[in-house]
Amino acid sequence: MRASWRLLAPLVVGVIFLVAWEAVVRIEDIPVYVLPGPLVVAETLWRDGASLFGSLLVTLRITAAALAAAAVLGGLIAILFARSRLLEISLFPYAVILQVTPIVAIAPLIIIWVQNTFLALLLCAWLVAFFPIVANTTLGLNSADRNLVELFRLYGATGWQALLLLRLPAALPYFLGGLRISGGLALIGAVVAEFVAGTGGTETGLAFRILEAGYRLQIPRLFAALVLLSFAGVAIYWVLSLVSWLVLRRWHESALPRDE
Amino acid sequence: MRESHRSSAGDGLLTLSGVGKTFRNGTVALAGIDLTIAAGSFVSLLGPSGCGKSTLLRIIAGLVEPSVGRRWLAADGAASGSVGFVFQEPTLMPWATVADNIYLPLRLAGMSRREAGPRIAEAIAAVGLDGFAGAYPRELSGGMKMRVSIARAFATRPRLLLLDEPFAALDEITRLKLNEDLLRLWRTAGWTVVFVTHSVFESVFLSSHVVVLSPRPGRIAADLPIDLPYPRETELRMTATYGDHCRTVSEALAAAMARP
Ligand SMILES: Nc1ncnc2c1ncn2[C@@H]1O[C@H](COP(=O)(O)OP(=O)(O)OP(=O)(O)O)[C@@H](O)[C@H]1O
Ligand SMILES: [Mg+2]
Repeated sequence: MRASWRLLAPLVVGVIFLVAWEAVVRIEDIPVYVLPGPLVVAETLWRDGASLFGSLLVTLRITAAALAAAAVLGGLIAILFARSRLLEISLFPYAVILQVTPIVAIAPLIIIWVQNTFLALLLCAWLVAFFPIVANTTLGLNSADRNLVELFRLYGATGWQALLLLRLPAALPYFLGGLRISGGLALIGAVVAEFVAGTGGTETGLAFRILEAGYRLQIPRLFAALVLLSFAGVAIYWVLSLVSWLVLRRWHESALPRDE
Repeated sequence: MRESHRSSAGDGLLTLSGVGKTFRNGTVALAGIDLTIAAGSFVSLLGPSGCGKSTLLRIIAGLVEPSVGRRWLAADGAASGSVGFVFQEPTLMPWATVADNIYLPLRLAGMSRREAGPRIAEAIAAVGLDGFAGAYPRELSGGMKMRVSIARAFATRPRLLLLDEPFAALDEITRLKLNEDLLRLWRTAGWTVVFVTHSVFESVFLSSHVVVLSPRPGRIAADLPIDLPYPRETELRMTATYGDHCRTVSEALAAAMARP
């Protein structure tokens, strides 16, 4: 009963929204280059799907590479921070500065500096994605149970043993939480960088398709690309949530089954 | 009969002299503690809540440095690895199974999982948790978690075993059984035990020596030998001499509490 409501309620809202949208477009006779109705968008998505999907894959490849780099480097930076308090206090402010500087502002510079377009886009997406992982994992590494830390000390654990057997497992839920946030951010970073780069040629991402459709006033195609993009964002979040649940389900509170 | 207490400092496995502890926030937890733990003795620390029993036990373990005074450890005595500690809370790693939690100190001592296997099984059996080797802490009740924590300390076969109210969360039957198991293990393995408790009856039943602490700041209000012969069995609880000892200890505790 409750599980079915969880699915049904947002679905009902979505359908009402789409029907209202379609009705407004028809009743007000809004031209398709101003606001296409959902049916036209769906039709465009069906017709142009193949070419748009190819572009989506380009964007997703950058997103995935950026997220992987953010996970590995972010995790390593967090471990360095946990090992050396001096490193943490001297470098953390700069990580914050990188994080709060709008990516739109630095993307043009990066694209000028880095010749390889793929690498430039990757760097932009990485810059947006790495901070939540560093911040979360650092917090997790430092939040191991005090008594357990003492227990490790009492039984003569080396620093590395404490890291490997205690701090890393304790940080895992935090790391996965950071990863979930970074997944969406990496996609945003990749799209923003593509907007700024505006690359032509064969390997063009979804952002370029959106720009192109806008210039040519192919508004239904623009909407179709947007729909694809938000589906991709939701799918990334969903996959990362699933990974998190699979990894933690045996022991972590966040992964407790509902009936407990 | 086991020699219940040897007062000459030369026999001390551990000696505290003039030990006091003032926390950074100004709380004076302990003051002027002089205590000698004889090798092979079973010492109970008895006192009201908040009087500094846990703090004293941590100082004995070497987990906390005293603010004033000194702590000596017999040279052959409790070197790192031969002190076992049972915290007041279970202090288990939530990501590890019961067996892996018990394996931890053995692993830190460089023992392979295969070598440790029989010891782990023995410790699990000693606390009556057969069949739960593969369970995760969150699948256990509070009392079962506490028993895992006790098993983890048993498995290390420590020279000096320190227990902080280990049986407080257990039902009466399990508690009495574990009391007797602990006594048997202590006698056969030749451990030295320091045992923190709130219970007068428990302290008299177990100990060769009961140390009564006054309310905060904790001082040693009385140091009472319990010259009841070992082995002590359930029937001992019915005897008049046991009752007499309980009264003596109760009166000492009441006197300590009354002192301003
Ligand atoms: N890390 C700390 N910082 C400041 N004060 C502390 C700290 N640890 C303990 N205390 C204080 O020291 C006093 C003694 O604490 P302790 O835990 O040793 O008491 P206890 O005798 O074990 O009590 P209980 O029987 O309730 O477990 C308490 O007043 C407590 O507030
Ligand atoms: Mg305590």
